[in-house]
Amino acid sequence: MSAQVDFHEIEFDYAAPAGRRGAPPARRAQPFHLGPLSFTVAPGDVVGVIGPNSAGKTTLVRLLTRVVRPTAGEIRLDGHPLAALPAARLAREVAVVPQELPHAFPFTVEQLVLMGRYPHDPGRYFEGAGDRAAARAAMAATGVLELAALPLDELSGGERQRAVLARALAQEPRLLVLDEPTAHLDLRYQAECVGLLRRVNRERRMTVVLVAHDLNLAAEVCDRLVLVSAGRAARLGTPEDVLQEELLRSVYGCEVIVDKNPSGARPRVQVAWPDA
Amino acid sequence: MGAPQRRLAVTLVALGVVLAAAVVLALFIGSAQLSARAVLAALTGRAEADSVATVVTLNVRLPRIAVAALAGGALAVAGVAFQALTRNPLAEPSVLGVSAGAAFGVVLAQIFGLGLTFLAALGLAAFAFAGALVAAGAVYLIAAAGAGLLIQTLLLAGVIVGIFFSSAITVLISIIDFNRLGGVIHWLLGNLAPIPPGALLVFAVLAALGFWLVLGQARQLNLLALGEEAASQLGVDAERLKLRIFGGAALLTGCAVAFAGPIGFVGLIVPHLLRGALGHDNRLLVPSALLGGATFLLLADTLARNVIAPAELSVGVITSLCGAPFFVYLLRTRYRARL
Repeated sequence: MSAQVDFHEIEFDYAAPAGRRGAPPARRAQPFHLGPLSFTVAPGDVVGVIGPNSAGKTTLVRLLTRVVRPTAGEIRLDGHPLAALPAARLAREVAVVPQELPHAFPFTVEQLVLMGRYPHDPGRYFEGAGDRAAARAAMAATGVLELAALPLDELSGGERQRAVLARALAQEPRLLVLDEPTAHLDLRYQAECVGLLRRVNRERRMTVVLVAHDLNLAAEVCDRLVLVSAGRAARLGTPEDVLQEELLRSVYGCEVIVDKNPSGARPRVQVAWPDA
Repeated sequence: MGAPQRRLAVTLVALGVVLAAAVVLALFIGSAQLSARAVLAALTGRAEADSVATVVTLNVRLPRIAVAALAGGALAVAGVAFQALTRNPLAEPSVLGVSAGAAFGVVLAQIFGLGLTFLAALGLAAFAFAGALVAAGAVYLIAAAGAGLLIQTLLLAGVIVGIFFSSAITVLISIIDFNRLGGVIHWLLGNLAPIPPGALLVFAVLAALGFWLVLGQARQLNLLALGEEAASQLGVDAERLKLRIFGGAALLTGCAVAFAGPIGFVGLIVPHLLRGALGHDNRLLVPSALLGGATFLLLADTLARNVIAPAELSVGVITSLCGAPFFVYLLRTRYRARL
C-alpha cells in the first residue's frame, strides 16, 4: 500500500472514426487502443515514460490528470480512486508542465504563476497573501523572480519554460508531471531544466513523472522507466533494464547502440544511422 | 490589500469619475438648446412638470443616457467574455456575427408585434437571446470543425454567420409593412432612442444577470487562456465554465441588441484600450469594461446627437467608423505575429 500512483489494468479507447465528437485528432487515422496497462509510482520516485510517437505517452498523462477517463481498469492516487477525487483536490495532488504555452493573451510571469494557486482556494476572486508568498517562492526556485512583471511574450523559450515550471511548483503538488519539458530548449536550458528537476525532487520530496522523447535525458534523470509501445507497456524497470538494444530495436524499428555514458554509469542510446 | 486589488479599485474609481462626467455632459447638451439652469431645475423638480425642459431632460435625455450606458457596458463585457472564451483577442459580438443573430431575433419579434411594454420587452429580449445563442453556436461549430480554434477560422466563421443573418434580416424587412420599415432600419444602425421604464428595467436586470455570469468566472477565464486541458488540470470545470460564459455573453449581446440595436465594435475597442492599461487579467478587465463601455457609448452617442444637429447620426455609425480602422490596426500590429 505504498504506491502513490497505481495504474491497474488500465484500458482506453479513442473512439473511431475521426471527426466525431470527442474523437481523436485527425492525424490519428485509425482507432487507438491503449492497454491493458499496469504500473505503479512510489513516493519520491522519478519515473520516465518513453516510447515512439503516438505510442500513448501523452494519453497516460491525460488519464492521470483525468482529462480522459479509462474505459476499463482503475487508477488510484494514494489508494483513493482517481475517478472520485474532486477536481481541485486532484489539482493539489498532481501538477502538469505542458509542452507548450498558448499565447493569445500575454499574461505576466507572476500572473501565470499565481494561476497555480487556483486549486488551493477556487472560491476567491483575488489570491491572498499566502498565495502570493507561495508564488514568489516558486518563482525564486526556478529563477524567474526578477522577471515577475514581464509579459510572457517577451521571454526567451528557456525563461518561459521556467515560468511554466514555477506555475506548477506554486500548485504545491505531491506529483509533478512533465510532458517533454526540454522539447523546445537549447542545450543550456536543457541542462538547467534537469538541474531544477533534480532539486525539486530532492528538496521538496516531489514525485516526478517525466514524459520524454529524449532517451538519454530519461536515462540520466529517472530512477525507473516505462517503455510504452502501441498502447502497451513493453517494459518497466531501471534504465539499465529497459534501455536494451534488442528491445529498443523492436519497439522503435531502427538500429540502436547502447553503451555507458562516460560521465556516469547510466546507459546511453545512439541511433546507428543507416548509410544510404 | 494586494497589488491587483489596489489596481482594480483605482481603475474603477477613475472610470467612475469619467462616466459621471460623461453623464453630466450628455444631460446638459443636446439639440433642444436648454440652458444649464433649466436642466438643473428639471432634475431637481423645480420646473413645471409639463415644461419643455422637464420633458426633454427626464423623458428623453435621462432614459437615453441609461440605454447608452447599459448597452455600452453590456457590449464591452460581452467582448471580454468572447475573447476569453475563444482565446481570440479579436473576438467581439459584431465581428463574430452574434449581434447579427440577435438582430434577426429582434426583427422577427417585431414582426410578431412585440413592442416595448414590460412583457413584450421580455419577449423581445428572449428572441434576441435566442438569436445570439444560435449565431454563437453556429460560429463555434463551424470554427471547431477544423483543428482547434484558429484565429482565422473563427473570424471567417463569424463573417459568414454575420452575412447569413444580415441577409435573413433583409428577407424579413422585405416582408414587413412599408410604414414600419423606417423604424427598423433606424434601429438596425444602432438606435439609442429612449425606451419606457418597464423595458429599461428588463434591460437592466438582464444585463446585470449576464454581467454576474461573466464576473463570477473571471478568475477561471484567466486559466482558460492556458487551454481547456491545462485549465481542467488546474481544477476548473471547463465545460461548465464555457457554458456559463457562452450564456452570459449571449445574454449581454442579446439585451444590448434588443434595446439599442446591433452597435458594432464596442466589444473590441473598449477591452483593447483597457488591455493596454491593465494587461490581460479578466478580473480587472470585466468590471472595468462595464464602466468603460458605458462611458464610451455614452460619449459616442452624445457626439452622434450633436455633430450634425438638429439631425442625428446613428451611434452605430460612429462606433463602426472608429472600430473598423481600429480592428485593422490591431490586426496589422499587435496580433500580426500570431496570425
